[in-house]
Amino acid sequence: MILSRRSLAFDIAIGAALLAILALLPLLFPSKALVDFMIRGAALALFATSLNLLVGYGGMVSFGHGMFFGLGAYSFALLMQRTGMPIPAAFAITLVMCAAAAFVIGLVCVPLKELYFAFLTLAFQMLVHSLIVLWVPLTGGDQGLRGGIPRPPFLGVHLVNQTHLYLTSCALLLIGLVLIHHIVQSPFGYALRMIRDNAARASFLGVNVLRVRLIAFVLAAVFAGVGGVIMSLFVSGAYPEFAYWTISGEGIFMIMLGGLNSFLGPTVGTVILLLLNDLATRFTEYYGLTLGIVILLFVLGLRRGLLDGLIGLWQRHAALSKADA
Amino acid sequence: MITQATGGLIIGMLLFLVAAGLTLIFGVLRVINFAHGSFYMLGAYFALTIFQLTGSYTLTVFGAGVATALVGLVFERLFMSRVYGQNVLLQLLVCYGFVLIFDDGVKILWGPEFKSMGMPAAFRVPPLFIAGGVVPPFYLFLVGTTILIGLTLWLVIDKTRLGKTIRAAANNANMVAALGINTSALYGLVFATGGLLAGFAGALAAPVRSLTPGMGFSILIESFIVTVIGGMGSIAGAFVAAIMIGLIRSFGSLGFPLFTEGLMYLFMVVVLIAKPTGLFGREVA
Repeated sequence: MILSRRSLAFDIAIGAALLAILALLPLLFPSKALVDFMIRGAALALFATSLNLLVGYGGMVSFGHGMFFGLGAYSFALLMQRTGMPIPAAFAITLVMCAAAAFVIGLVCVPLKELYFAFLTLAFQMLVHSLIVLWVPLTGGDQGLRGGIPRPPFLGVHLVNQTHLYLTSCALLLIGLVLIHHIVQSPFGYALRMIRDNAARASFLGVNVLRVRLIAFVLAAVFAGVGGVIMSLFVSGAYPEFAYWTISGEGIFMIMLGGLNSFLGPTVGTVILLLLNDLATRFTEYYGLTLGIVILLFVLGLRRGLLDGLIGLWQRHAALSKADA
Repeated sequence: MITQATGGLIIGMLLFLVAAGLTLIFGVLRVINFAHGSFYMLGAYFALTIFQLTGSYTLTVFGAGVATALVGLVFERLFMSRVYGQNVLLQLLVCYGFVLIFDDGVKILWGPEFKSMGMPAAFRVPPLFIAGGVVPPFYLFLVGTTILIGLTLWLVIDKTRLGKTIRAAANNANMVAALGINTSALYGLVFATGGLLAGFAGALAAPVRSLTPGMGFSILIESFIVTVIGGMGSIAGAFVAAIMIGLIRSFGSLGFPLFTEGLMYLFMVVVLIAKPTGLFGREVA
């Protein structure tokens, strides 16, 4: 319990220390592949962690979370291409748009029971995806949004420079993680977990169940949108695949891989899945087949995430040594 | 008008067959089979191969149905049965894994490009003109066959002893098991039936739709919308809702080509708000 009573200041200190370490990384290992990997990782880790706010802490298995990732990527890229506004402004408007979309979709989905909720979020995701594919004049349709994203410098940050983009991505990831951690440890986070464990009891105790779940849905969408923004900057555009159901499926698998009961589980899962992805695409063109088999082995064999498993082992070990003493 | 209506009816019939399996499986097992669209896709590809080998369309429909039923049985016995009653997350991931495997499997066995089976010889006749619309004879066959399958399904579930057992298991599986009925075998049978229906749908769709490795997923979403509108677990509801969605699709593409899909969702949202259990759904415990 001592761990969970850490203050925000402590989280920020850890975040700053990690940022310093991540900033040194490209200096120690100057490799473009590493930087690219880290930027992609930052985008997807933020996405997976935000999804875990729903799945792990809220017990709401969303199978359509990718739509907010796609929405973030598309609205940011479009705002930058069409209006030429400063990057922070486009970033802020993108987050507001993600929140608004999540609010409307959440109003419909949030009251539903778990399987219904999973499928309905998936259905909305496919609606967003088909809108992106069909609305060719705005989004470029199947081909994706191309033509690059203009990147005017702001506050001394030049996102044209890959190192600056890398540092910005890491900073956004760490800020996002600190904020999500703070949310999870706040009274709101406890209410969310209580609803997951027993919604009826929570509502008897005066918690407005639907409101808490809706707020969680909107918050998760905003952080997923930040992930989408990082991704759109990385690929200099946006592709319909960002809003496709496979992204949501991968998000769920990342959570499962790393462990949904550990705060950093989704981040660990992201790194594992990205490594797996790069490895699989190097050796075979049948990435789906490989991933599918890995998923089955994992789900039917291990049945828990890596970090969850390790923490479980460590706790059991600690309990045993205490029993000995 | 008539052309649009029959076009919509065709989509509706295929949706019904897929959605009926989905809703049957959900009704009995309380599991949503996210891999159900893949069964439909496999049915269509099985049909393609059987038709190319034998040239007989009757054999094709039955062969594709039975083969897909077998896939459903194996899928349930070896994999899904291991995650019943567990976290939804695990069920979702098993299905997700299989969708990926099936899609890539089809790419490996049949190739990634669009395929088309071609119309069976018996239906290569001039279209009928009904009330000013053009109706290919195969459409009539498809509608007739689907209604026949639907009626059979209804008779089996409503009138036979087996159907009674299935309905009882949907209500209270533990009690049925306590009465000495092998519910595991029953679950396998339900999945096989779902596979059979999806296989039939695939075989019936093969002559009129092009075959691609991703074809399963779009029909999965639509048939899910159908089951939500009709009410989860209700086969009659699936029938009515499938026809509605089919008609919305075909007429919607006339009026708002960009927003046809949006129209379906809008309809679903309206139904969900007005009657959260669906048109024919009962309150599930």
